Amino acid sequence: MSNKEKHWDKTRGLMMITLAIWFIFGYVVFMFGTSLNEGSFLGYPLAYYMCAQGSIIAFVVLIFWFANRQEKIDAEFGFTEKEGD
Amino acid sequence: MFKGNFIQNLPKIYGTYTGGFLAFIILMAIAENAGVSKETIGILFVAFTVCIYAIIGYLSRTVQVDAYYVAGRQVPTVFNGMATAADWMSGASFVAMAGGIYFGGYTYMAFLIGWTGGYVLVSSLLAPYLRKFGCYTVPDFIGTRYGGNLARFCAVVVLALASFTYVTAQINATGTIASRALQIPFELGVWVGLVSILLCSMLGGMRAVTWTQVAQYIVLIIAYLIPVFWISSSGNYGIFPHLMLGDEVAKLGELEATFGLKENSKEAMAAMTFADGSPVKGLKYIVNSHAGVPDGAMAAWKFISLVICMMVGTASLPHILMRYFTTPSVKAARKSVAWSLFFIALLYTSAPMLATVSKLSLMDPSLATGIIGKSIAEVQSIDWYQAWNAQKWMHIQDFDNDGKLALNEFFMRGDIVVLATPEIAGLPYVISGLVAAGGMAAAMSTADGLILAIANALSHDIYFKIIDPKADVRKRLLVARALLVVIGAAGAFVASMKLTSILGAVAWAFDFAMSGLFFPLVLGVWWKRATRQGAIAGMIAGLGSGTIYLYMVKFAENANENIILGIDHLRFGIIGASVCFVVMVVVSLMTPEPDKATQDMIDEVRVPSGKTVLGKQH
Repeated sequence: MSNKEKHWDKTRGLMMITLAIWFIFGYVVFMFGTSLNEGSFLGYPLAYYMCAQGSIIAFVVLIFWFANRQEKIDAEFGFTEKEGD
Repeated sequence: MFKGNFIQNLPKIYGTYTGGFLAFIILMAIAENAGVSKETIGILFVAFTVCIYAIIGYLSRTVQVDAYYVAGRQVPTVFNGMATAADWMSGASFVAMAGGIYFGGYTYMAFLIGWTGGYVLVSSLLAPYLRKFGCYTVPDFIGTRYGGNLARFCAVVVLALASFTYVTAQINATGTIASRALQIPFELGVWVGLVSILLCSMLGGMRAVTWTQVAQYIVLIIAYLIPVFWISSSGNYGIFPHLMLGDEVAKLGELEATFGLKENSKEAMAAMTFADGSPVKGLKYIVNSHAGVPDGAMAAWKFISLVICMMVGTASLPHILMRYFTTPSVKAARKSVAWSLFFIALLYTSAPMLATVSKLSLMDPSLATGIIGKSIAEVQSIDWYQAWNAQKWMHIQDFDNDGKLALNEFFMRGDIVVLATPEIAGLPYVISGLVAAGGMAAAMSTADGLILAIANALSHDIYFKIIDPKADVRKRLLVARALLVVIGAAGAFVASMKLTSILGAVAWAFDFAMSGLFFPLVLGVWWKRATRQGAIAGMIAGLGSGTIYLYMVKFAENANENIILGIDHLRFGIIGASVCFVVMVVVSLMTPEPDKATQDMIDEVRVPSGKTVLGKQH
């Protein structure tokens, strides 16, 4: 497998993991809204909290994490951009 | 005054600007105390901010193609994040979202999830690759990846349809705010709004829009957060509302149980009239639980299907994707998506808090501001009730004739929650002026991004790439600017006819975009086998089936009976995008695979280093 193919393999893997986490916070959580709401966080019903803040914060953290991971993958295979490219 | 170039000085420039804006707010507060009238303060707020944007627009004028289309690809990560946040947060986010949560509760909050989670798709599937491609517009990518003018043309059609649906709602919002703040008729307000919007974008294209959007973000976030924090601490709900409103949410649940969430009959609602005999239209009352999750699989599916549409739609909207063409590198494009969502989250996580405190201040009988349970005559004598009732944005109907106000007897427009809460909670008028300026900034920044997206696609993809590829720079930019005016005017004309409610149109834009563009864009990067014929067939079939479905569930006879699996007119993109996907895959597999040059191009797009696929100027 060429360098480019290995790089793309890892990139695709990271994309899958990112979207799996995204799927959990965007969809799975809200499939169980009724039972989730019986729990609470900071005094808020849990499903309400996930809507109002929880999932949104998770998305922000997820994208920062993804960007950093992808930069590491690019560096590993020597595809980091040079200044002035 | 400043050393170094413009980009290096950005933090200083916008720091000074923010300080100046805060000083202006204080000045207005002093003016209010000195007896300057509410009307004057409202006019000053809107006029002052719009003048600043116009000055920034003028200073950013340019005669270079890459500055006009992609701001010279030198917008730093964090600033592009702010500009995207302003580009993204429309009049609907600023004015209508808290009101939507106020009346819709948990169910409505699907919009919050949908309008944030889409950025995960943008960052992992699209933004870095489109940036590496080096295109000026979204159809530019489609046209080059798949080859041929037909693919490019189809992408322009989807882009224009989705963005135009969206932009009329934004011009409508600028018109509403301008007419209220400047005390002029709505029809005139729309045109005043349009002129303000064009002042920001005409001379400098993307470059001017970028720097005004950063300025508009600063105004809109200040205007949103100050009232939330102020009301929350002055009402003793907690000085940091996001962490401290758990008790208040619980209290709302108790009050809902005490007062009862009663649904009014359609006949009773239709029979309501204002004092002058005109029918009560577009006003809502509280019937949904604030934090309660509705039971059943269908309710969960309705929530999730709306989230799907808004997320996938986010990742297909060209005015958002094109913001990531302006960063200096692929790496910066990725980080910039993260910053965008961070800046968006500041407002989105505050909207439910604003809805909570404003709902509680009206519902809690132990508070001086509480009105539910009080005598109707007493409520009708309150100043703000009389003012909003005269505007036909608020109404009381004593269904059970007991003289006391019940939860289902108090009606208002959703927009009031943001626009009027400062006044209802007893904050000084300067805050209401600030909120008007924030709403104006939100609507203007989105309108600018949308009009520019359409005009750029028409001038670059249709005029330059298809009609006259030999046109010189001067002529190209002249055409681009002329189109900007024409599209803006068309949008203002449609807006002045008041055809749709703000939210309906906004959701449709997402559905149109996802029906036609999502899979051609994503598969263009992620599936080498995707062919030109597949993409063209997918775009036509997706947009076509989505539009036909929208017609069937919204405008046809017995429209409600045509709804399949709860997919109503807000969610028609699910049908369109699924059809697009299937058709695109099937047709791609039936046609010969793309040639070597195209495959090499895709390989090149997938690595960040090296030159962009399209030249710096093309």
